[in-house]
Amino acid sequence: MLSLAPEKPLTTALSQPPVAAQQLLIDVQGVRKAFPGVVALDDVSFRLRAGSVHALMGENGAGKSTLMKILAGVYTPDQGVYRLHGREIALTSPLDALENGIAMIHQELNLMPFMSIAENIWIRREPLNRFGLIDHARMYQMTRELFAQLSIELDPQAKVASLSISSRQMVEIARAVSYNSDVLIMDEPTSALTEHEVAHLFRIVRMLREQGKGIIYITHKMNELFEIADEVSVFRDGHFIGCKQVEQLSHDEVIRMMVGREITEMFPKTIVPIGEVALEVSHLTLDGVFHDVSFSLRQGEILGVAGLIGSGRSNVAETLFGVSPASSGQIRINGQPVTIDSPRTAMQHGMAFLTEDRKDTGCFLSLSIQENMQISVLGGDNLQAGFVRQQALDAMCEAMSGTLRVKTPNLDERIENLSGGNQQKVLIGRWLLTNPKILILDEPTRGIDVGAKAEIHKLICKLAGQGVAVIMISSELPEVLGMSDRIMVMHEGRVTGIVDRADATQVSIMTLAAG
Amino acid sequence: MAISNTQALGKSPKPGAFRFKLPAEARIFMVLLGVALIFELLGWIFVGQSFIANKERLIVMILQVSVIGIIAVGVTQIIIMGGIDLSSGSVVALTAMVSASLAQTSDFARAVFPTLTDLPVIAPLAAGLLVGLVCGLINGTVIAKTAIPPFIATLGVMVTARGMAKWYTQGEPISMLSDNYAAIGAGINPVIIFLVTALVFHIILSYTRYGKYTYAIGANRAAARVAGINVNRHLILVYTVAGLLSGLAGVVTSARAVSGQAGMGMMYELDAIAAAVIGGTSLNGGLGKITGTVIGTLILGTMTSGFTFLRIDAYYQEIVKGIIIVVAVVADQYRQRNRRS
Ligand SMILES: Nc1ncnc2c1ncn2[C@@H]1O[C@H](COP(=O)(O)OP(=O)(O)OP(=O)(O)O)[C@@H](O)[C@H]1O
Ligand SMILES: [Mg+2]
Repeated sequence: MLSLAPEKPLTTALSQPPVAAQQLLIDVQGVRKAFPGVVALDDVSFRLRAGSVHALMGENGAGKSTLMKILAGVYTPDQGVYRLHGREIALTSPLDALENGIAMIHQELNLMPFMSIAENIWIRREPLNRFGLIDHARMYQMTRELFAQLSIELDPQAKVASLSISSRQMVEIARAVSYNSDVLIMDEPTSALTEHEVAHLFRIVRMLREQGKGIIYITHKMNELFEIADEVSVFRDGHFIGCKQVEQLSHDEVIRMMVGREITEMFPKTIVPIGEVALEVSHLTLDGVFHDVSFSLRQGEILGVAGLIGSGRSNVAETLFGVSPASSGQIRINGQPVTIDSPRTAMQHGMAFLTEDRKDTGCFLSLSIQENMQISVLGGDNLQAGFVRQQALDAMCEAMSGTLRVKTPNLDERIENLSGGNQQKVLIGRWLLTNPKILILDEPTRGIDVGAKAEIHKLICKLAGQGVAVIMISSELPEVLGMSDRIMVMHEGRVTGIVDRADATQVSIMTLAAG
Repeated sequence: MAISNTQALGKSPKPGAFRFKLPAEARIFMVLLGVALIFELLGWIFVGQSFIANKERLIVMILQVSVIGIIAVGVTQIIIMGGIDLSSGSVVALTAMVSASLAQTSDFARAVFPTLTDLPVIAPLAAGLLVGLVCGLINGTVIAKTAIPPFIATLGVMVTARGMAKWYTQGEPISMLSDNYAAIGAGINPVIIFLVTALVFHIILSYTRYGKYTYAIGANRAAARVAGINVNRHLILVYTVAGLLSGLAGVVTSARAVSGQAGMGMMYELDAIAAAVIGGTSLNGGLGKITGTVIGTLILGTMTSGFTFLRIDAYYQEIVKGIIIVVAVVADQYRQRNRRS
């Protein structure tokens, strides 16, 4: 039932008459799914109405992604009834789900990096010419039409590998929309987007809602819930807690449903004494990417970095850490000029760098949680006569995952089997174990639930209190505003301003970010 | 920074009812037992005797795959790291030639190096290992420093090393080797060398930084670099270690045959890769165990000696071996996919 045949223009395809508003698209009941050692879902029910946006909330590891994967045919439930349009159905694969009108944007990106944007979008549905070969011109044209409709400005012929993570996310969204399915599942689509693109995404979501589609929207961001969702279902530890109309709910009520307790402080910033200059960057340039970036960072200071897509925030961090060494400019650490040509040298200078994309440059998916966490501290005291001191490391990792509340039956479990937020915690743990002097965090709380987020913020403040200099890149303005001592704003590869905590407001930052 | 002082925010939940999972090696071991039992059964039916209860046969069985096993220990590490090595068989030939040429006795008038006869056994041994090491170093350096994929780089070394082995004596075999040298490959020494090598690298892979880095690079090379691993240096190191092991295999081969021939080690690279893959090492990298490879090697050996025992033609042996390798790879893919749902 792929209603979007290539020859049908998109505009007509997307403007079908809306379905009756109260119609139930999806109705699942009594769903159970267990993995070795964990019951991910236990007697869970969920229903989705046509023409509505249904948010899913819950702590990391609550089972949200698992439920969505069941709806999208990735997993088969151990128990439970799944009704689609009122008919009972048993999906056999994601393809089967697509053919039944259910498309899903997964929590981790799933694009093929060395293929073009258009090829990624139309894969398996490429338009053919009369010789049965792929008609590339048509495919690009279709992509342009799709993008025009969604107001996305990307070149259909560009390779995905050349895109920023947020542009990739927009491509994923466009691909999911292109299926023109009745149900669209979005698993934390905004965790990689800046405010600007979030607004863009919301316009797309509203348009789809108008067309009578059902949208399931997973997020950890409370403001998004109130802005876009009609209903919300809350999960905790694999159990369904409740489903409410969003209008009838307050912020605090949602949190109480999610975590079963109150969370008082959201950005528990503590003002700590600022020490010597730890890092001084002057005229740092990476040709074609960012230019003339200069700033300094003191011990105990948290420097927030804000900016839109393509502003070069993450690139600066990568260059500081030696992932892609600078073309010119100077870096001084504790007053000494240094050349950082690889992450290894950066680490020798006491730096640590949590990258933005945990799947691409963070996790070793086939290895255990333990191995993922300890990988950067396999030296010095943790080696004895050439052998890794596994017991000591085990104890360190155990303590760290306790601190960060990694939800798992044991640390020998593969990291692949953890929920997205818990993977993120493991990676944070990896870098904290290295005892950094300069900590660079790119979207540190990406995919992390409200409760754990406050704890991670506390932890960052505590580190600052111990004299660690922190650079924190974040697309979430409240996070940047709440946590930073100063905020550096970037626009198209240049620094447009560095603002003090006292002078920073949403508006002032957004203005600088817009250039 | 003292994380341990931070108050723990909560215990990670430990749900009970942990479903017991067999380690991968146990499953491969079952396959080995299964294969042996099939031959046992067929043995009683067609040959009228036991396949397994025959000590000589068991020893011969392990002996004939020991050399493959030594190579496979190196190849396993390369595959875990996400690479591949096609050069091992040719490196065996080249090392066999070089070390044999330094192991000749002076009783022989037409020695390759008439002035270098009757050397202490350490000389040919060291030369052989050195040749292997250099070949591995070349593999690793080309792969690390250029964008040439491992398949092509090691293919180049495979062809070149075979050519050099032939050129070395213009295709003449090298014979009349010293007794001390021959002793390296005599009796069950190859088996001992194989098992000791396997044990040493099992320990290294499981308990040293070298091992952890090998797995990490295979699991996600970009992430390994960001985590502070000097990926290029480690690539070179692992290919060099594998080359060294191929060199050792070459020495053992020529010592056992008491000669050096340019045709030695033909297709050993494929058998070694097969042993690793049958033993559960994933061609996608990041997964695999030396113990699995040892069992994989034994499965190959059991099949060869089983077919011989049943007096089945060598041609059929190769056909069946090919099928088994494909089945092993398919099983690997299937396991990978199954884990996700
Ligand atoms: N393939 C798997 N194998 C084993 N356990 C799994 C697997 N997939 C999920 N789990 C476990 O099931 C639980 C629910 O995971 P799920 O990914 O659904 O959480 P989530 O609500 O999406 O969390 P997050 O907000 O962090 O994304 C977790 O405890 C997770 O460890
Ligand atoms: Mg999830």
